[in-house]
Amino acid sequence: MAKVKGAVVVDIEKCKGCNLCVVECPTDTLALSPNVNGKGYNYAYMESPDACIGCSNCGLVCPDSVITVYKVKLQQA
Amino acid sequence: MEVKDIIKEENLAYKKTKVLTDNEMHYCPGCTHGVVHKVIAEVIEEKDIQENTIGISPVGCSVLAYNYLHIDWQEAAHGRAPALATATSRLMPDKYVFTYQGDGDLASIGAAEIIHACNRGENIVVIFINNGIYGMTGGQMAPTTLEGMPTSTSPYGRDIKLSGHPLKMTELVANLPGTTFVARHSAETAGAVRKLKKAIRKAFDNIDEKKGTSFIEVVSTCSSGWKLTPEASNTWMKENMFPFYPLGIIKDE
Ligand code: SF4
Ligand code: SF4
Repeated sequence: MAKVKGAVVVDIEKCKGCNLCVVECPTDTLALSPNVNGKGYNYAYMESPDACIGCSNCGLVCPDSVITVYKVKLQQA
Repeated sequence: MEVKDIIKEENLAYKKTKVLTDNEMHYCPGCTHGVVHKVIAEVIEEKDIQENTIGISPVGCSVLAYNYLHIDWQEAAHGRAPALATATSRLMPDKYVFTYQGDGDLASIGAAEIIHACNRGENIVVIFINNGIYGMTGGQMAPTTLEGMPTSTSPYGRDIKLSGHPLKMTELVANLPGTTFVARHSAETAGAVRKLKKAIRKAFDNIDEKKGTSFIEVVSTCSSGWKLTPEASNTWMKENMFPFYPLGIIKDE
């Protein structure tokens, strides 16, 4: 059975901390960081990277197009 | 598997289209404009028409749209984008001409231009962003403001006796024989974004077939004008805007 695993990269300096990707992520991978970027926004990051399934939902809803999504298929033993 | 082993070029699943420029958008956090810009840019990339697309930007928050989509643009006087689009697509019938207009621009000062362009069936795409408010100038009441909705010029909510009814532009233009495809969408979830993209793709495909005017409304948020967080704005939109501005395809001929 194939299982998928994903990971995202957020362009931290361009993120506006709107939280919409966090809300839209079905696996609660994302959260807003307690730290802020140069603009003063709490940027999005992978709080639970193991949970990501690479579905791209976060990328689709990000108004600033700052999320890149990667995905691999794992062969389960 | 480690995150660093997943983040490799060969595993790429989604990235920003190159039709979007690298400029940082001036829009407020969570603004629907950014999502709609991206979807249009993705359709332009998929159709491989970057060199042949001309956007007409409005007056309003998206007046600077030309900074974000790497295509040719014209900047129209307030509300006049459909008139410019008419001239542009008639002079250059092989170009993909679209207008990008907010509700203050399209439904108020530009009401005459949009109705006549749609009635003539100009071979263009119209993208209509409806957030029920004048965003750029400080959240004043717009023609599309809902009954009872507070704005900076209607602090106790829109009073229909005083200001008339919210205007359903999309249903209105669907009645005109020149329109071929008329739909209302939103962009607050991944599912909604996928549907919106399908509709915008169809609208641009209609230009190939010279079918007339395709008109797509996107029910949108303005968290600054509505004085809510982006997340609460989406909830407010679903609870209040969607019942009055129902989503779906209104006309497809
Ligand atoms: S790709 Fe899907 S699972 Fe991964 S962070 Fe984005 S929304 Fe969440
Ligand atoms: S949707 Fe985009 S801008 Fe908003 S918090 Fe997520 S990454 Fe940042």
